[in-house]
Amino acid sequence: MTLCYAARVRGNLAKAFEMANTQVLRRAALPKSYTDFLGRKLFLFLLTVQGLGAFALITIGVILRKSGVAKNVVRPRIRQEIARAGVALLPMFFFVALALGFLVVGQTVSALAKVGATSYLGSTMVIVIVRELGPLLAAMLVLARVGTANVIELGTARAMGEVEALETLGIDPVHYLIVPRVIGMALGVFALTVYLIIGALASGYLFAFLQDVPMTPGDYFKQITESLSWLDFALLALKTIGFGFFIAIVTCYHGLAQPLRLEEVSRVAVRAVTQGVIVCVLIDAVFIVLYLLT
Amino acid sequence: MSENQNIPAIEMRGVNVAAMRDASFTVVEDVNWSVAAGEFWVVAGQEHSGKSDLLMLAAGLMPPAAGCCRLFGNDTSNFGEAELAERLRVGFVFQGGQLFSQLTIAENVALPLRYQKNLTPASAAAEVKGLLELMELSPLADVTPADVAANWRQRAALARALILKPEVLLLDNPLAALGARHRQWWLRFLEQLSRGHEQFGGGPVTMVVTADDLHPWRSARRKFAVLRDKQFIPVGAWNEVETASDPVVKELLAASVELTSQS
Repeated sequence: MTLCYAARVRGNLAKAFEMANTQVLRRAALPKSYTDFLGRKLFLFLLTVQGLGAFALITIGVILRKSGVAKNVVRPRIRQEIARAGVALLPMFFFVALALGFLVVGQTVSALAKVGATSYLGSTMVIVIVRELGPLLAAMLVLARVGTANVIELGTARAMGEVEALETLGIDPVHYLIVPRVIGMALGVFALTVYLIIGALASGYLFAFLQDVPMTPGDYFKQITESLSWLDFALLALKTIGFGFFIAIVTCYHGLAQPLRLEEVSRVAVRAVTQGVIVCVLIDAVFIVLYLLT
Repeated sequence: MSENQNIPAIEMRGVNVAAMRDASFTVVEDVNWSVAAGEFWVVAGQEHSGKSDLLMLAAGLMPPAAGCCRLFGNDTSNFGEAELAERLRVGFVFQGGQLFSQLTIAENVALPLRYQKNLTPASAAAEVKGLLELMELSPLADVTPADVAANWRQRAALARALILKPEVLLLDNPLAALGARHRQWWLRFLEQLSRGHEQFGGGPVTMVVTADDLHPWRSARRKFAVLRDKQFIPVGAWNEVETASDPVVKELLAASVELTSQS
């Protein structure tokens, strides 16, 4: 049974990008032993990583190869996606920035002031807000608001045969549907993270001020700027663009790279969001290592 | 020029057609078929006989499972970006239209023209407007497909396929689910295209339509074939269809007679 299963998986690994083949694994009767169950999960994980990797490389290839193709069609679509994954989310991000400032910054400033450790404020804020919470929270919000919409839109388009229609018209579906979303989301997450960090730091001071913490705005922002290095700016840009790129890749992959029926779209959306969260946490872990090394 | 005219628009030799949804499943076997420039073919078959898959393969959108399919003399199994110009000589109309739901009817029609020629909406507007007028779609130009009746969606899909002025037009069951008035319009318009329409350069457009009912396509100018038991069977002209002893041909002829008597 195990050998037969392994052979079937090997056969499917070769065609992992044709996601119809992975359905065999998902729908097969559950193996009896727990080790087989874990094995299946591991194989599915590898298949997903392979599929996502291939899809990411294809997308990067199309971005590079077709940067000058149909500019009058694709560039307005990129602007549209930047608006959708960036500008349209600004009101929500201002609200979240206020909440984050109140929940984290305000309380941290107040707590540090009580123990007389306000000199650590700058480095604490930079680590908590600039390096960690700001980018991750921005990525999660964009994943929830735009990533799910991506899966549903693309999944429905796939199920309704719109992707085949694009191919009959000689239009590369990756160029027309995926590239604008990937660029839009990468730039959107980057820009929103910057706004979120600025908003959270400003509102954090506001809440600290309301709690009568003895610190002037000049001291507060001076400490923060002194704790920031050029590396923070560079890694923040890389990290947020990475978040946006991979959220778009994961959600577009699940929406587009496999034949779907309409009833499968909701299930695929849930899977895409779960994998999006995992990918963001993994990217974050890589950057934590980078920060520690530098 | 004359050499080019002798090359069949579509040619299949020993082709096995795989299902679009599941490449491991063969729906039609050993197809030997040649469509010359200017011909009008009607390929009929019952539901799930592989008509759509055959048409997708003929358009070069999927490779044959076996055998060789040529489009204007070029093997479609090697089709890639470099052969895009050859692909665009073929227009395709899906059953149901498959319009892009996020775009309006006018944007749907304009998209292939704008993408292939890198045009702004304003630059493509005149050509799109002319085609929409020809198709009687002008009042629906700014409406999204969800707000348009199926009859008109199908017509918008035809406009979208024609905007690039293809030499070959493949239509997947275009009359399915159309009302009587729309059916008449389609039959009349496709006949005009087949003979040569001035708005599309005046030359005859080579055409292949699939159908599950043969009667509406009755014409001495057309050639007929049926799909039965995974076999592609060329029948010939209409008089041969009428005298054919094949049970599937008889059934496909009887379908519309039954519908007519019921109505």
